[in-house]
Amino acid sequence: MAAKTPATRAVPSPLEWEYAPAPEAREIVRLEERYGLFIGGERVAPRSRKWFATTSPATEEHLADVALAGARDVDLAVQAGRGAFEDGWSTLRPAERAKYLFRIARLIQERSRELAVAEALDGGKPIKESRDVDIPLAAAHFFYYAGWADKLEYAFPNRKPRPLGVAGQIIPWNFPLLMLAWKIAPALACGNTVVLKPAESTPLTALIFTDICRQAALPPGVVNIITGDGSTGAHLVKHPDLDKVAFTGSTEVGKAIRRELAGTGVKLTLELGGKAANIVFDDCALDQAVEGIVNGIYFNQGHVCCAGSRLLVQESIYEPLVAKLKRRLRTIRVGDPLDKNTDLGAINSRMQLDRIRELVASGEEEGAEMYQPPCVLPEKGYWFAPTVFTNVAQSSRIAQEEIFGPVLSVLTFRTPAEAVEKANNTPYGLSAGVWTEKGSRILWMAERLRAGVIWANTFNRFDPTSPFGGYKESGFGREGGLHGLEPYLRFDR
Amino acid sequence: MPQAALLPRDVDLPLDLRLPRVGAVDAVALEARAGELAKRSIKKASKLAALDLAIRMMDLTTLEGADTPGKVAALCAKAMRPDPADASIPAVAAVCVYPNLVAVAKKRLAGSSVKVASVATAFPSGQSPLAVKLADVREAVALGADEIDMVIDRGAFLSGRYAKVVDEIVRVKEACGSTHLKVILETGELGTYDNVRRASLLAIAAGADFIKTSTGKVSPAATLPVTLCMLEVIRDVHDETGRIIGMKPAGGIRTAKQAIQYLCVLKETLGTAWMTPDLFRFGASSLLNDVLMQIRKQRSGAYQSGDYFTID
Amino acid sequence: MSRIAVRKTYKLYIGGAFPRSESGRTFESLGQNVAWASRKDARDAVKAARGAFPKWSGATPYNRGQVLYRLAEMMEARAGDLAKSCSGRREVERAIDRVVWYAGWADKLPQVLGGSNPVAGPYFNFTVPEPTGVVAVLAPDMPVLEGLVSRIAPVIVSGNTAVVVISETNPIAALELAEAIATSDLPGGVVNLLTGYRAELGPILAAHMDVNAIDVTGAGDETTELEVLAADNVKRVVRGGSEQSPWEISAFLELKTVWHPVGT
Repeated sequence: MAAKTPATRAVPSPLEWEYAPAPEAREIVRLEERYGLFIGGERVAPRSRKWFATTSPATEEHLADVALAGARDVDLAVQAGRGAFEDGWSTLRPAERAKYLFRIARLIQERSRELAVAEALDGGKPIKESRDVDIPLAAAHFFYYAGWADKLEYAFPNRKPRPLGVAGQIIPWNFPLLMLAWKIAPALACGNTVVLKPAESTPLTALIFTDICRQAALPPGVVNIITGDGSTGAHLVKHPDLDKVAFTGSTEVGKAIRRELAGTGVKLTLELGGKAANIVFDDCALDQAVEGIVNGIYFNQGHVCCAGSRLLVQESIYEPLVAKLKRRLRTIRVGDPLDKNTDLGAINSRMQLDRIRELVASGEEEGAEMYQPPCVLPEKGYWFAPTVFTNVAQSSRIAQEEIFGPVLSVLTFRTPAEAVEKANNTPYGLSAGVWTEKGSRILWMAERLRAGVIWANTFNRFDPTSPFGGYKESGFGREGGLHGLEPYLRFDR
Repeated sequence: MPQAALLPRDVDLPLDLRLPRVGAVDAVALEARAGELAKRSIKKASKLAALDLAIRMMDLTTLEGADTPGKVAALCAKAMRPDPADASIPAVAAVCVYPNLVAVAKKRLAGSSVKVASVATAFPSGQSPLAVKLADVREAVALGADEIDMVIDRGAFLSGRYAKVVDEIVRVKEACGSTHLKVILETGELGTYDNVRRASLLAIAAGADFIKTSTGKVSPAATLPVTLCMLEVIRDVHDETGRIIGMKPAGGIRTAKQAIQYLCVLKETLGTAWMTPDLFRFGASSLLNDVLMQIRKQRSGAYQSGDYFTID
Repeated sequence: MSRIAVRKTYKLYIGGAFPRSESGRTFESLGQNVAWASRKDARDAVKAARGAFPKWSGATPYNRGQVLYRLAEMMEARAGDLAKSCSGRREVERAIDRVVWYAGWADKLPQVLGGSNPVAGPYFNFTVPEPTGVVAVLAPDMPVLEGLVSRIAPVIVSGNTAVVVISETNPIAALELAEAIATSDLPGGVVNLLTGYRAELGPILAAHMDVNAIDVTGAGDETTELEVLAADNVKRVVRGGSEQSPWEISAFLELKTVWHPVGT
């Protein structure tokens, strides 16, 4: 049935049809050479006189120099926050406070392309994810909490909610602007001021956000952004004039912060690591489960605290499922984060790449079977192919430790009770996935899984109305939803 | 070890034993995946290649009570030479008509690569006695149809009389002889993706060469998710039995952009092996002109006007 | 000749039983020898609490509410003994009323503290409160009975199990309460009472990796060491109040959010 094709035509054979490169233009991000600190509504040079480079992990290209805040800078930022808190923000009519947050939400929407490109450039995540997930969710988060600002008393019946004061907030590099929104939106809605430290490797969108604060005419000192490294974060946490600390990051650092704040009475929320089980029963919608597994572990290069990194497969479906999964892996497009068809971008940093490599090597040493689809990784930059380990023992490091990369460990189970037992057999408790067509089993599993978020027949969904946070060593406190207000309030009675 | 969700090799297994193993489809996740694939950005050479392929995969269709020999003759001319001003534009795969117009089409297309497809089996409802449906098929074949597009008995399917659905397809397949058989599920009437999956498996088990979404007479007709659902069935059948089945989304595909989205779904579900008119068709009438406009736009850089493309 | 009274031996209350301290130690308090719980007794108490957790947290809220109400009934029946162990009848009455108040919360928590979340997409999403697990409670010294009950009831009403280090200045009230607990329908291990020294037992429980939360309300202001130790497994550290409030309950709850697609 082959069509007759005139000799003049030089169309590539359809059998080799490939997507041409479709890079998003990056000109919309007007990079400055140097970014100072944002303190008291102004961009200021750091008293530390120190700067560091932020680079693109996809190309190792130098993007800009960024201030490294020292102890004195942190102090100035907290003072600015305290000043703004006492000088009007905490007593501003809540309805007016709300309007600032609505403005910010709109400004994020209006500048969404710029923010999406900056996020992909600075962090290495695919533009389709920053464009379709990070930035819209960040705007939605501000929109959601804006509405709470003048309704707090309805959220806490019989209590009198009051702002805490100045919040020190430390965010990770995996969802830079979104995590900023998760931190700043509820804090401001509740009448606090903030000093926020973006992650060392991804400061760009937070710095663009300072310009959004300017456009929103937010009173000076309500939001202060201090860039820096771990030492900056340590200075912030230790500052004696904070009323609140919120941290998202590794369990190890979270524990250190907890110790640091012992006895101070400073209110604390921690959103830490995870090693989520994604549990697949043999009656599930198989092709959709495969999509959920892929989304669960390869979304954002696996740099997701709630990633479904432990796949628990019912033994009766193991072989067809793994076959489908491997085939699906072969269609994952790894490469230029700015290409609109890229599914898996660059690993966020050299350090993270080293950690992934180290754990993957341990998996191989421990006798697990590794599969990676054929894919050509760029020579420059930090890359890691999507990886699946089968024949993984529960005791193996790759089944126990958070890899925070595109690496999936596959284990099996026989009965629902065994699945629950294996899923809960971890110090973490952030999230879990369940795939089955049987409603009663979903509810049975959801009741027994010790995790803060249970995704049933879906995975890695987020929404500003939906509380997020962990059990056990995955942290405490919730972000999102009505429950995300409590960490930023005290109560008079 | 039992294998779930796949059609067993042994298609003689009684239906009631086979059906529980059909597997389920999650509607939300299926639509989300289709939505993701619809966002693929296809540019430049890959866009031109896709548009060229879309034309070669097209079943140019007219299925109206008002169809006349003149209308069909014009359609055939368009099918063989879609853009008179551009010799590099390939012919479409087939022309799809009612049985009464098969002879006209056959004559007009003589000597070209374009096939004649005929709908049959009391199209579009299928609500006629089997004997009538079989006679319909035999007539169309006798008149020279290269391909038969039959409809399943949705009434039987929705009332659980699966054996009737299967038996009819088997009989139609016999009546077709060597003529290529496409089985229309009319997915817009099936209500759920689970039903689409089940009907797809029944049609394939009964002998379909192609499975096809819609008659074009029911809304919704083809959609991206329903096509993805059917492609996943084709993939499962191939995995388990080695059989290669074709796919034809029909109805509702009107723009070049949509056509490219379908090709992305095809490529990322079944791979490039299926990217041939032998295994994938678009059932469409107005799609062709939009594809032609997009090709000219892509080559010239200027946006086009409908006035420069013939309406046939 | 007057009758010589049969005295009561005050022991620990662990897993529904009244063992002596495995250490064989006692200390004298208010003229009574009281078991002096050791590190190993604390370990056993946590083990009993962990063992009791699945069944207690899995019981229906209606059932937990009734069991707590039954505890109030048992306290009422022992009001005389309890009154002698604390500041008197009035305190006992307040303590009983508080247990009744908390009993009524068992089957209302998810409605007040949870709910459905209107996410922007085809998903049904809801949040439910769940007990955090094993909770170590450092009971306040005063008011000895009311204070103790005010800390235990909000912990266990949601399904947590408790290991309580009771006031060393007046352990008798707690031991009298233990007898009410033992004769109520509270399953063994849901409440475990350790007499001994807070300074010795507190750090052991704060560092225990199988304890999910520690209530330091009764521990005074010097909780720095406990909080540092609690960091090792990211324990929830609770500094509550003396009022009755659902927020005293929520401090010992986790929130679980469940997503499911809505489709055909």
